[in-house]
Amino acid sequence: MTRAPGGEPVLAVRDLRVTYRTGAGPVRAVKGVSLVLPPGRVLGLVGESGSGKSTVALAVMAALESEAEVTGEVRFRGENLIGKPERELRRLWGRRLAMVFQDPTSTLNPVLTVGDQLVEVLVEHEGRGPAEARARMLELFAAVQLPNPAEIARRYPHQLSGGQQQRVSIATALACKPALLVLDEPTTGLDVTTEARILDLVDSLRQRTAAGILYITHNLGVIARLADEVAVMYAGEIAEQGPVGAVFARPRHPYTVALLDCLPRIDRPPATRLLPAIEGTLPDPRAEVCACQFAPRCALAQERCRGEHPGWFETAPGQGARCFYWERVPPPGTVRAPALAKPRGRASTRPVPLLEVVDLVHHYRQAGGLTAMLGRAPIVRAVDRVSLGVVPAETLAVVGESGSGKTTIARCVTGVLQPTAGEIKVDGRPVPRRPAARPRKLRRRLQIVFQNPDLTLNPRRTILEAVARPLRLFGLVDRRTRRSAAARLLEAVGLEPRYLDLFPAQLSGGQRQRVAIARAFACRPDLVVCDEPTSALDVSVQATVLNLLASLQAREHTSYLFISHDLSVVRHIANRVVVLYLGRICEAGPTEEVFAPPWHPYTEVLLSAVPSLSATSVTGTIRLEGPAPNPAVLPSGCPFHPRCPRKLGPICEREMPPLVTTDRGHAIACHIPRADLLRLQTAAPVPVS
Amino acid sequence: MFAPLGVPAELAPGPGARAAIWRGAEVAWALLLGSPAAMVGALLLVIHLGLAVFGPALAPYHFAQFNILHTLETPSRDFLGGTDQFGRDQLSRVMWGARSTLLLATASTLLGVGLGVVVGMVGAFYRGFVDELLMRIMDALMALPALLLAMLLLTTVGANPVYVALGIGVVFMPRSARVVRGIALSLAAAEFIDAARARGERGLYIIFAEMLPNAWAPIIVELTIRFAYAILLATSLGFLGLGAQPPAPDWGLMINEALPFLAQAPWLAILPAAAISSSVVGANLLGDALSDLLALRRRGETL
Repeated sequence: MTRAPGGEPVLAVRDLRVTYRTGAGPVRAVKGVSLVLPPGRVLGLVGESGSGKSTVALAVMAALESEAEVTGEVRFRGENLIGKPERELRRLWGRRLAMVFQDPTSTLNPVLTVGDQLVEVLVEHEGRGPAEARARMLELFAAVQLPNPAEIARRYPHQLSGGQQQRVSIATALACKPALLVLDEPTTGLDVTTEARILDLVDSLRQRTAAGILYITHNLGVIARLADEVAVMYAGEIAEQGPVGAVFARPRHPYTVALLDCLPRIDRPPATRLLPAIEGTLPDPRAEVCACQFAPRCALAQERCRGEHPGWFETAPGQGARCFYWERVPPPGTVRAPALAKPRGRASTRPVPLLEVVDLVHHYRQAGGLTAMLGRAPIVRAVDRVSLGVVPAETLAVVGESGSGKTTIARCVTGVLQPTAGEIKVDGRPVPRRPAARPRKLRRRLQIVFQNPDLTLNPRRTILEAVARPLRLFGLVDRRTRRSAAARLLEAVGLEPRYLDLFPAQLSGGQRQRVAIARAFACRPDLVVCDEPTSALDVSVQATVLNLLASLQAREHTSYLFISHDLSVVRHIANRVVVLYLGRICEAGPTEEVFAPPWHPYTEVLLSAVPSLSATSVTGTIRLEGPAPNPAVLPSGCPFHPRCPRKLGPICEREMPPLVTTDRGHAIACHIPRADLLRLQTAAPVPVS
Repeated sequence: MFAPLGVPAELAPGPGARAAIWRGAEVAWALLLGSPAAMVGALLLVIHLGLAVFGPALAPYHFAQFNILHTLETPSRDFLGGTDQFGRDQLSRVMWGARSTLLLATASTLLGVGLGVVVGMVGAFYRGFVDELLMRIMDALMALPALLLAMLLLTTVGANPVYVALGIGVVFMPRSARVVRGIALSLAAAEFIDAARARGERGLYIIFAEMLPNAWAPIIVELTIRFAYAILLATSLGFLGLGAQPPAPDWGLMINEALPFLAQAPWLAILPAAAISSSVVGANLLGDALSDLLALRRRGETL
């Protein structure tokens, strides 16, 4: 089937308003959203958390809870869904209207095989016979590019990887050839290489079906990669809408510009370590709208913006923005990032690395308890002979996908996990493995910032207790001075002293992460291990946290061991990068060397997988094939060979390639000689498998 | 100091810490008022608590006062609860008995759940061999039926209220340890626990200062439910003659003593039985309401 853009829209939303009735008053989640989606098109709905994008998705599916008050129109092929009785809606759900959610584990039934689940849908909705339904099920599994559909169909959801589960969800959504497919963050939580293949799949689906696709995400790169049209949501409204190319090239709403500017870029080296962050926070969703909602955070805001709610301005054919002064909005990339503060004193130029990790090995048994004691459980080699060093005042990033062992390294360094073998040295001296055995001074010098802002602070302790505890523990303050010391620390991370008496639940995710950073910096550490500190945060909040880390580093000469899966963030913040695959280093070196060819084939795949706003330096698309790696069953030879697009031959299966280092400190562990890699990667970018 | 960073215009300040706790108490109170079952449960427990404190003062007679002229009488104006074969007023005996029964149940519940909290928390925090050893011991204890285990312990050490409390405590320990370990396992995986470990905090500090405060709510539910079982177990032991000895006004013992006269004087058994069941029902209703409240909190709907 060919794409049939134009024609009668599949979906036409007019002035949709959704208000939740809560104990604390009405919460206006969606405040007048209008959208049109023609068949065969992808409309990307992008926004940060709290922008109302998921509420729009649920409203479009007419699946909002009864506490929500919905007004306006949601016309699906001309038929208004709002106020339709559930009996009639059920006729549409799953058949004409289908939705794929972020978390496939909660949408698949754990006690049925995935094949049976899909067959059930086909029998139920399409009235097919069992044999016919089975055949169609296999066809659908093949259509979503599941390898070996007949085999996969017999498995239970927990036996599939996250990417495969999401493919099954998409197959289920496609089962009855829906006219409208709503995808709500379908790749959030997946590894980039898996995400890239799901995006490819969605891309190929829209070529093959006539369905309109509403794609909801917080990731601008995904929108750029996939969508025809984009609608940028802010505080329950559409700030700007238009064709993707036009909107990203010349946005006409200050929020769109700010959002594009605060993204760390993967395709070019950072000009400065600071990002132009969006100051301030979302407006209170309980407030009446009587001014421009972005005005308090907008550099261009005038008197009029604060007193009058802007209407919709047509800025170009098919493009519009909710801004009075859209003609004055500067193009992205022109806002100058603030400069870093002058460092206090000079960084020491000691040649001795601050932290050295020498041949670190961490193996553990997959099962716990008696099975493990009897030696029956398989051994997982989470980290296998990894060595790295961090010099004072630098950021070393450790990059890898889930299962690469990056978090294990961080946990061994902080002493939360005990390595199986290998050494951790600080200032050239080996440190005890258990934190309790480490001298107090050493514990003070080595701190940690975690990923999950919900769990990083004890929910039962006030911010004061959280921040002051390390100060007390290391004897830096007494009972009288601890409050003022904690207040100073909060000030350093941009929080007012009034936060001291609040509990973590009363803070936003970004604020909690600031408190966690304040706690880590309380004792003036020399090294802070940052374990994915921004991956649970919105991009605008991420920018402020990255800025905070960069400023603190400039002032305190702190070193960071920065664990991340996000290559854009790594390129922005790191001086040097280590790329891990299945617990082994495959590439390491100065950031700009690692981001320029030649690459290790795995790095090349990673870079090519990241959905970016512009074409990356990796041309073409290289996708990772083969099953997801299992650290319990390591392949012989090079761990990457079963999935390597540039596999040489039998040598890759036999021998572990050595890490060959150039005189500029760039190391690659690959059997392909460096010169050949460079030639291959600059000349013929797409190997055909 | 960090001028280029800028301070975001943060959200409106939330209520202060103490205010938040008060609000929590208010919500709990509102829920109690909103749930008739919880109200009934709380009311029953308050009545029993009143009996335990003021029962001996309010009772018309001493529990051991004989009235030889009025044996096995039906309830009357003089003897509201009827009299037993010695002419003792059964109502007075039940009122006197509330104190010892509830005290016994409270002590054994606190002991059992307290031990369970320690075992569960320690196992979940240290994992590995310690956890394995503790949990297998708990399994072994749990393999014996509760009443049988308590009887076994009491027949070896002798019947005495202190031993009864100890015995019930030991019976409850593994059950509470299981519940607490489950909660503690998820807590021990939280990042703030890793942060504490990395700071080099001592294990006991982490367990009691970082983990325990986050487990209070489910532990309180566990306490109310265990309390109901403790009353049952304590009175069962009394009934079997392994607890208080005559002439003590123990509810279980009173039912036992009433057995020979069940046909002539059923009130002798009915009154203490009603006291037992109303206190158990009260504790159970309150426990259920509390665990509902907790489930609501987990869904983030209140507090």
